[in-house]
Amino acid sequence: MNLRRDIYQALADPTRRAILLLVVSQAMTAGAIAENFETARPTVSKHLRILTECKLLEQVKNGREIYYHINAEKMKEVADFIERFRKLWDDRFNKLETVMKNYKKE
Amino acid sequence: MELKTKVNAKNGRQEIFITREFDLPLESLFKAFTEPKLLEQWMGTKVIKLESKSHGSYRFETKDTKRNVTLQLSGVIHELIPNEIIIRTFEMVNLPAVRHSVPFGVQLEIYEYKKLTDNTSKLTMHVLYESVAQRNQVLKLPFAQGINMAHNRLQELLSKQE
Repeated sequence: MNLRRDIYQALADPTRRAILLLVVSQAMTAGAIAENFETARPTVSKHLRILTECKLLEQVKNGREIYYHINAEKMKEVADFIERFRKLWDDRFNKLETVMKNYKKE
Repeated sequence: MELKTKVNAKNGRQEIFITREFDLPLESLFKAFTEPKLLEQWMGTKVIKLESKSHGSYRFETKDTKRNVTLQLSGVIHELIPNEIIIRTFEMVNLPAVRHSVPFGVQLEIYEYKKLTDNTSKLTMHVLYESVAQRNQVLKLPFAQGINMAHNRLQELLSKQE
């Protein structure tokens, strides 16, 4: 499985967005988060893992409990749509540069 | 680090500027826009037609993994001066996969190519839209894919937190 998850793919899932909405107001444990959903606990755990892997959520240990916090910095990065647009062109142009450098060598 | 690609989108304007300096000679940069086989590689679209000349036209399309056409891009080339300028129109035709979205309209694109040194060059893309709303819609397109209203709500909550 791909560990370097795509943040946009992570956000594409409605349950994961609902989790972020819950956690945005206060840090919560996995158990407390799961109580808000009809889905099975392991399913919620899987969503939490994905959100943590792409750094939208952070885990903070408090005694024996692990609390999930929202990573505001990461959220802002995603929310900046012009940056996302810029990145699209930047990726394209990086590719263009590579394509033309290889072409020159042929 | 200085960003290689810059986007200048002023509030309330129906245009944007995209600039990029390339580690490529001017001729090489220009060629990437006029040769179908090269353009396909970096744009990630299939080139159905590309007449790289004044009064020419072009048509590209993208397909999903099931080989269904997802997007058609087309336009006419108003003016093309090798290694200097391409002025063209650009339109995204909404196909079933993206039909729920508002039409993006037609945009006018002015691509200016400049030599910086023997091995570097610069592209300035000036893109004009039919309205401010359409411009903003296009800007949001890469962002909107996969993110919906719930996420906007999240943004609101985040901005209130500050």
